Amino acid sequence: MGRYIIRRTLFAIPTLIVISFVIFAILDLAPGDPTASLPLTIPPEVREKIREALGFNDPFLVSWLKWLYQMMIVEPINLIEQMFDITIGDSENRVRIISWSSKAPVVDTIIERIPQTLWVLGLAFIFGIMIAIPVGVISAYKQYSAFDNVGTFVTMVGYSVPTFFTGLLAIVVFSVWLGWFPSFYDTTHEVSLTDWSSITFQIKQMIMPVAVLALFNAAALSRFTRSSMLDNLNEDYVRTARSKGLGENKVVIGHVLRNSLIPVVTLIALQIPGVFAGAIITEQIFRINGLGQLLIGAIQGADVPMVQTLTFLFAVLIVVFNLIADIMYGLLDPRIRYD
Amino acid sequence: MATTREHLTEKTADQSTERYRSLWSDVWRQFRRHKGAMVGLVMLLVIMFGSFIGPLIYPLDPFAIDTSQASLSPSLDHPMGTDNLGRDVMARVMVGGRISLSVGIAAMIVGVVIGTAVGILSGFFTKLDGILMRGTDMFLALPILPLLLVIIMLFRDPLREAFGPELGIFILVVSIIGITSWMQTARVVRGDVLALKEKEFVLAARSIGSRKRNVVFRHIFPNVLSPVMVAAALGVAIAIITESALSFLGLGFPSDFPTWGRLLFDAQSYITLTPMRVLWPGILISLTVISVNFIGDGLRDALDPKLRSQ
Repeated sequence: MGRYIIRRTLFAIPTLIVISFVIFAILDLAPGDPTASLPLTIPPEVREKIREALGFNDPFLVSWLKWLYQMMIVEPINLIEQMFDITIGDSENRVRIISWSSKAPVVDTIIERIPQTLWVLGLAFIFGIMIAIPVGVISAYKQYSAFDNVGTFVTMVGYSVPTFFTGLLAIVVFSVWLGWFPSFYDTTHEVSLTDWSSITFQIKQMIMPVAVLALFNAAALSRFTRSSMLDNLNEDYVRTARSKGLGENKVVIGHVLRNSLIPVVTLIALQIPGVFAGAIITEQIFRINGLGQLLIGAIQGADVPMVQTLTFLFAVLIVVFNLIADIMYGLLDPRIRYD
Repeated sequence: MATTREHLTEKTADQSTERYRSLWSDVWRQFRRHKGAMVGLVMLLVIMFGSFIGPLIYPLDPFAIDTSQASLSPSLDHPMGTDNLGRDVMARVMVGGRISLSVGIAAMIVGVVIGTAVGILSGFFTKLDGILMRGTDMFLALPILPLLLVIIMLFRDPLREAFGPELGIFILVVSIIGITSWMQTARVVRGDVLALKEKEFVLAARSIGSRKRNVVFRHIFPNVLSPVMVAAALGVAIAIITESALSFLGLGFPSDFPTWGRLLFDAQSYITLTPMRVLWPGILISLTVISVNFIGDGLRDALDPKLRSQ
């Protein structure tokens, strides 16, 4: 197992390098110009110097390697410095990835936006799991009952209907017609624990985005939980447990659910990057000032470094969570032996 | 009473046609038993009829601007109301459906052809397997949605210049969705081919000296058709959702060439004024995807010989 983990982890590194190359190559075709947003009074020679300083005129391979160095070495060192408030080496002269539109380091802007995204996504993800697993378990245990039929149909619908429609539908019903919740998310709103009204406002504005995403996540997960439970319910060990005289609750929760959760937990890990990608759409619907909106803004403003960094971070999420899922599968299921 | 009679007639019909039963009539018989799939098929046919034939029958022009009729609620003249420029929403939804469905089907074909080809090549030719599967893994690790947005942003204008505004964006959206959605098909097909090529009938075909090309096309390919068909059904759903998502983010089809996703995007700004405008395209996207997913479910059951023999 240990060797397998090491091999998989080492294999993730070339994958990421290839992906970074693909992302960089696609974006290298962009017609963007880092000096486009500067005042027109700057003479052309100075403009050329600025381009030179930003490395805009470097050949493709050089600028890719430079970016890779910044992404993999400079920015992580900088993060560690900021976290522990220490200085490592010559931190003044290290060149960080700078946004073309805001002229601020890209990673700092991303860190500013992470909390908004994480709050909504994280809650939606947790609620989604909390809904999906009980629904899946009951559906499977009472297969073909009314609950199962309704549940299967609802999850099929929930899994087919895209969030950009359920989100807009929720806005139409709950904020336009009923007026219960605000139609967009106000990220400037500050929550203070002493002020009750600020807390209720925060909860109110979070309900719709969280609910929409949670239901979407729950749909796929509960279908999967149901089929995994069904696979296990007819196994011999279940009959053995029952014939020993174990209570039905113990059989279902202690034996069947425990075994059924192995693939479900893996799927949860695999879903996480997809949830981040889905956030691009949800944030657009509810105007949440998070990572997704940052990406859309950067794409429309042709802010190449920002787009490169964000896209690469999405790729890192996918590779890392695939790795986690693989390793967890091996750790949780003793029947699987990799070596 | 009625049900028993139907049951009886079906039984006698079965017996009389028993001698002519082919594989596909078996599949169709099994498919008809899946209620969700049949409802989905009927619903999809209605939506397709409305989108492709509807604009020929429906009298109103989807592009006629009439600001005196702007932002009306649904009425007899305008069954789905009008938009902020006074264009009839129902006419626009029909035209939008035509484009959305065409994109979905075309992108699915691109994706399924690539996926099947990669799957068969990598399953059948051991030498190609390693590199093709590494490539598939890499494609699976790409952040698809951000990349699609970036690619559209970069190539929209050159392609629109080269092929005209409508065809250009159509080619772009169809090809990028196809190129980024073939990986699951490839994996499933590869798995099936790996199992098939060890079967006796393939050995027999080889031993009588069939060329490799003939083995692949005559013996392997027809046997992987079932997973390919299921992947095709689900591929349409994924392609329609992806296209709508791109258009919804403002990076897909333009407003003068609307798809359902674009109509949703345009309607979003007027959500408090004419909330119904948001619902129509959204309902149609959802209904189409639900129908296609149910059809996929039904196909999977109908094509599974273990289930069919029951």
